[in-house]
Amino acid sequence: MSTQTEKSRLELLQGTLDLLILRTLIFGPQHGQGIARAIQETSEEELLVEHGALYPALQRLEERGSVSAKWGTSSNNRKARFYTLTAAGRKQLVRETTKWKRLAQAVERILGSEAVEES
Amino acid sequence: MRRRDRNPDDFAAEIEAHLELESERLREQGLSAEDARFAAQRSFGNATRARERFYESARWLWWDHICQDVRYGLRRLRQAPGFTAIAILTIALGIGATTAIFSVVEATLWRPLPYSHPDQLVSIQDDLPGVGARDVGLSEPEWQDLQHSGIFEWVSPAWFDENNMTGVSTPERVSLLSVAPDYFALLGVKPQLGATFDPQNHAPGFTGEAVISDGLWKRAFGRDPNVLGRGIRLDTDLYTVIGVMPPGFRSPERTPAERSAEVWPATSFYGAPLLDHPPRKGRNLPEAIARLKPGLTRETAQSRVNALVAALQKQYPADYPAQSAWRIRLVPLKEKIVGDARRSLILMLAAVGLVLLIGCLNVANLLLARASVRGREMALRQALGAGRQRLISQLLTEGLLLSLLGGIAGVALLVGAQRSLLRLVPDSLPRLGVVSINWTVLVFAAAASLISGLVFGLTPALHSGRFALGEALKKAARGAIGSGQQVRMRRALVVMELALSLVLTIAASLLLRSFQDLVRAPMGFNPQSVMTERTRLPYPNDVKTDRYAGAAQQAAFVDELLRRVKALPGVEEAAIGDSGAVPLDSSQRELNRLAGRFFFTLEGRVLDSRESPVVDRLMVTPNYFHLLGIPLLRGRLLNESDDARSPQVAVVNEAFARRYWPAENAIGKRFRRDRPDAPWITVVGVVANSRTGSLAETDSPQVYVSLSQTWSHHLAIFLRGQLDPSAISKQVRAQVQKVDPTLPVFGGQMLEDTVSASLSERRFSLEMVGLFALTALFLAAIGIYGVISYMVAERTREIGIRLALGAARRNILRDVLGQGLRLATAGAAIGLVGALIVSHGMAGLLYGVKPTDPLTFAGVALLLVVVALFACYIPARRATKVEPMVALRDA
Repeated sequence: MSTQTEKSRLELLQGTLDLLILRTLIFGPQHGQGIARAIQETSEEELLVEHGALYPALQRLEERGSVSAKWGTSSNNRKARFYTLTAAGRKQLVRETTKWKRLAQAVERILGSEAVEES
Repeated sequence: MRRRDRNPDDFAAEIEAHLELESERLREQGLSAEDARFAAQRSFGNATRARERFYESARWLWWDHICQDVRYGLRRLRQAPGFTAIAILTIALGIGATTAIFSVVEATLWRPLPYSHPDQLVSIQDDLPGVGARDVGLSEPEWQDLQHSGIFEWVSPAWFDENNMTGVSTPERVSLLSVAPDYFALLGVKPQLGATFDPQNHAPGFTGEAVISDGLWKRAFGRDPNVLGRGIRLDTDLYTVIGVMPPGFRSPERTPAERSAEVWPATSFYGAPLLDHPPRKGRNLPEAIARLKPGLTRETAQSRVNALVAALQKQYPADYPAQSAWRIRLVPLKEKIVGDARRSLILMLAAVGLVLLIGCLNVANLLLARASVRGREMALRQALGAGRQRLISQLLTEGLLLSLLGGIAGVALLVGAQRSLLRLVPDSLPRLGVVSINWTVLVFAAAASLISGLVFGLTPALHSGRFALGEALKKAARGAIGSGQQVRMRRALVVMELALSLVLTIAASLLLRSFQDLVRAPMGFNPQSVMTERTRLPYPNDVKTDRYAGAAQQAAFVDELLRRVKALPGVEEAAIGDSGAVPLDSSQRELNRLAGRFFFTLEGRVLDSRESPVVDRLMVTPNYFHLLGIPLLRGRLLNESDDARSPQVAVVNEAFARRYWPAENAIGKRFRRDRPDAPWITVVGVVANSRTGSLAETDSPQVYVSLSQTWSHHLAIFLRGQLDPSAISKQVRAQVQKVDPTLPVFGGQMLEDTVSASLSERRFSLEMVGLFALTALFLAAIGIYGVISYMVAERTREIGIRLALGAARRNILRDVLGQGLRLATAGAAIGLVGALIVSHGMAGLLYGVKPTDPLTFAGVALLLVVVALFACYIPARRATKVEPMVALRDA
């Protein structure tokens, strides 16, 4: 991992991290490191997730009741804290996803139309 | 703030586990153990910071948010300095003015009386409702009855007077309050030096002891600690100083003169020099105060007093005729001091509160306008995961920031302007303490700011919650800002502002018309180029030393003085009367209450139940009527031959004649003081009514008797002519003291100033409410200007199209003005309803004008509409100036 590639990655917008975490947990319980990996790999290394930022976010989600957590053992037999999506978390995910999609479409429309005007 | 059960160690363990997992993964990809660990740490970022955030977030999440909101809010306010300045200035003026009025209210109505357990203190007021007389004073036997009733801990009458004090370095006139020996025990105030009276001293007459004020101690004794035991002479009677009251102590009285009493002699109100057996009907004690027995509420005490009154009426039927319906009222002591001022103070506070509310609505309006510009920002933040709650709290924080900054600025403004503002407060406004910016006032200012902040912070905040995400962004794309809902809300706010300012303006107009009516009402006397000076003849308790004990003794003095002052340069006419003869002089009210109140009976018939047995009696020399321009209607005026040797005569005013001899000629009728041995007084003339008692009272009965047939120790000298006010006082003093060098001369005043001073409280509340009404009108005009400007700006494109299609500019103007007119008429309609309610509440403050005066209502509503239209005219003109091409290209 060179500094070069890190720089070219997109920094996450405030508020989107929660959404990404919830999304990742849809496939079943996962620990923090696993979630970080999954986000990076699924986004084809486009998104930069500072692993350290993940844990306060997980903590926040846990306090809100969107996820629940339990210490367990990882596939390679190491101790890790596993996070599971709760029913409330699932609802939140659906809500936020819809919102995000509408936002993205709207932004896309604006940017798209501007691009036409410029040309 | 909720504590979580997870501890920081657990969180640290999780981070450690993460680093282990990550470095193991990297090792599997072929990195060395050391490199893998390092890479894992690097991609983790700052682990300490993560732990910190974990810790902080549990404890200070809400605090973080507030700090964040405040920082962000301050940044936003800095970004829009114009908006911020206007908003803060509006709030500063509102809070400053409201706090200023509150500081006056605090010092008069709010602050507890500075005596121990002030809630147990009451004023005792005797009424004769059957004959329409209120607060007529009580007699010594009644005082004894109250003292022995078991209802009160202490009861003390108070008897105001002014004496000539000698026996100190310089003789001077001092105000004194003769009280019962239990007076200071009653108030629960300790002297700073020496002692007060023994409350159990029931010896007849005066005790010969006096307590003096801190001010007098300073002035007359140079703070001499050995003042105790020293003798002072009050009207030549010797008193021993036994105590000095602490600085700031004032007697709980109605007028400034009484409150500034500086000597308190003690008396039992019977026994030489007073009567040994004062009659029940005497009512020579104008007032009394009392302390309730501990644990007794005023209501219980009142019902027990009622029972006592009923028993006394049965026991002494001759003294308490059933038709007079004698009763005793227990009034909270503070109410007695504040009296009528309460109403106008509350009106002022309400008025200024309305101004503040209108100011808040204005700021809310500005915030709403900004909120519509910020619609995109809000939508975006919401989309990025900001909760609705957070957005509302952000907007609220901005509102509160504005209001707190405004509040601070307002209080700063107030502190700066305090001196000049306090000068506006009339002296007669009753208060025991000093008007000051103290903690109570500051807390009020803070609360007012907070509430205002909530009012105008919540409006846009609640509104923002309704943002529809996609819509907001779509609108942003179209270049249109502000939803229809927001426009409706802003219009509603403006209508409310207009309505409130109409209410205030109508209230102010009604006060103004009352004031004008009062000033313009024929007074019945002519104060022009009349000056009054006062003197006071000594009134010693020891009758043997009284050189002015009777009418005959006084007549020589009065005649000589009159002869001398008539000869002064510029003096054309002169007269002398008692202190009650000075028209509209409230400074001597208590003195006049005692001396000027005349209980009488008519010859040949008994007063019926609707007739008051009390009348104002004025003692004057014959030229008084001509000097003041009071015309004679029938009979004759007093003349020089009415003296101590001739039968007593009186001139009455028309109100008196009409009330007591409605069908007959009053001339030749007789009446006398309500005592068996009093001589009959024959009515010889009837003069026109004059408003010498109060400008608001048109026809109170009055009786004028000759100063040569009666006598008073409080004299007023009346002079008319081309007078030099700066010189005349000195000249009068010289003449008075040539006759008797021990007499003081004081209170020199042009009668026109006395008349003007009698209106000072009314003028004060008129000025205040008027000022607030103007401010309110101005704010409302700004409000409607803002909304219409905004509307014009938003419709620029539409107007451009219409103009391009050939619409006349005149029509555009009419269209925009029409919008304004709709808002203004809606505001006026609502405001008129509000004003009807408010004006009925202030009926007691009005004079000569009905609370529903149609002319005032219609005129002010019209004024409001005109002002609103004028405010709309500026943006309307702008609308007609729209260049179609520019408008269409820009859009």
